[in-house]
Amino acid sequence: MIDKVVASMAEAMAGVTDGAVILLGGFGSVGQPDALLDGLIEHGAKHLTVVANNAGTGHVGLARLMELGRVKRIICSFPRSAGSVVFEELYRAGRLELEIVPQGTLAERMRAAGAGIPAFFTPTGYGTKLAEGKETREIGGRMCVLEQALQGDVALVEAWQADRWGNLTYKQSARNFNPVMAAAAKLTIVQAQHIVPLGSIDPEAVVTPGIYVDRVLHIPYLAKAQPQ
Amino acid sequence: MSEVASTSQITSVSTAKPMNRGQMAARVAGDIPEGWFVNLGIGIPTLIADHVPTEREVIFQSENGLLGMGPAPTADKIEPFLINAGKQHVTLRAGGSFMHHADSFSMIRGGHLDLCVLGAFEVAENGDIANWATSENDTAPAVGGAMDLAAGAKRLWAVMEHVTKDGRPRLVRRCSYPVTALGAVSRVYTNLAVLDVTAAGFLVREMVPGMTLAALQAVTEAPLLTA
Repeated sequence: MIDKVVASMAEAMAGVTDGAVILLGGFGSVGQPDALLDGLIEHGAKHLTVVANNAGTGHVGLARLMELGRVKRIICSFPRSAGSVVFEELYRAGRLELEIVPQGTLAERMRAAGAGIPAFFTPTGYGTKLAEGKETREIGGRMCVLEQALQGDVALVEAWQADRWGNLTYKQSARNFNPVMAAAAKLTIVQAQHIVPLGSIDPEAVVTPGIYVDRVLHIPYLAKAQPQ
Repeated sequence: MSEVASTSQITSVSTAKPMNRGQMAARVAGDIPEGWFVNLGIGIPTLIADHVPTEREVIFQSENGLLGMGPAPTADKIEPFLINAGKQHVTLRAGGSFMHHADSFSMIRGGHLDLCVLGAFEVAENGDIANWATSENDTAPAVGGAMDLAAGAKRLWAVMEHVTKDGRPRLVRRCSYPVTALGAVSRVYTNLAVLDVTAAGFLVREMVPGMTLAALQAVTEAPLLTA
């Protein structure tokens, strides 16, 4: 019997190694797998590359992981926002590498990784600082930039419902990067608000089919704080 | 600009009254027809949605995965998982849908949006827009979805103050700030005027009551054209 539901955070994090590329779901705090982030901090892996839309706020979650010196490099679209104090301090001190990527290019680079597309051309970013050093080509009369697929070693995903095969649904705008990242990593770890019996999710409503999911940890619903 | 014109009796240059943020948003909203799919950037653009009457069905997209975004909820109707790209609580209209980030940006990058409205630091007479980094020395600016939207939407309008806080023109010959996209802007709405970006440069379409072409040119670096 296939059962991807794990009983403990230690089981969920087993095998996450130093130097791993971590794809972290969420847009600000919405859809961000807070419990898995705490689990990763507890687990202790370091020299990490983190791919996320934002670079953390306050001193919890991703910001805490960075503050503990576990993150070597962050790849994101919107690093500086209200409360991103840890990011700003580390970056200024030269203790954090930063790669800024247009948000759609960030999503598409991961989608490409999940779809077996090693690189693609896009007009986004052409002629800007973010295209410096990248191959360009005129295609169909438009100048385009070559962007590389971005695969993760590990994806940390927040879902609404999960079953033991790892089929997932999401809640409203908490979907964001989560399904894209689930497909783009070698090891996909999910925290789900609800574990439901196999067959109880309408097949028409499955957003992430279980093929992309390795482990599911049940983290029951808690009212989320105001989004950051 | 009819609303402004009808409420203003100002005629002299020195007393030309700039529009406030709400008036600018209302002015842009007046040009968005029913049926368009529209993404609004952070700042003044976000205010535009409040000036589109609900009976005129304009469908707002938010790049974090919403199509058919509605207004802010009342305090008792907040959904913790439902936010917009500015990370504010919003609602979803009947007919709205959710999608993941790659699908959301497929809409944007695939040319499916009729319009994107962005704020800007500078717009150049050739349609270049600079709206993401405040200087060449800013090494950690936040680009978000601006480059995707500027390159991908069918049309890009910029809405902005005509000059900086210290009086420097924002409508320029060439952008001095790092650009977001080249040749992308087709129209600019400022607190003083509405201008089209044409092959020949900025074409003045409207000015606030009391404004003259000479006075507008005095606060604009790029040469202005009239029809």
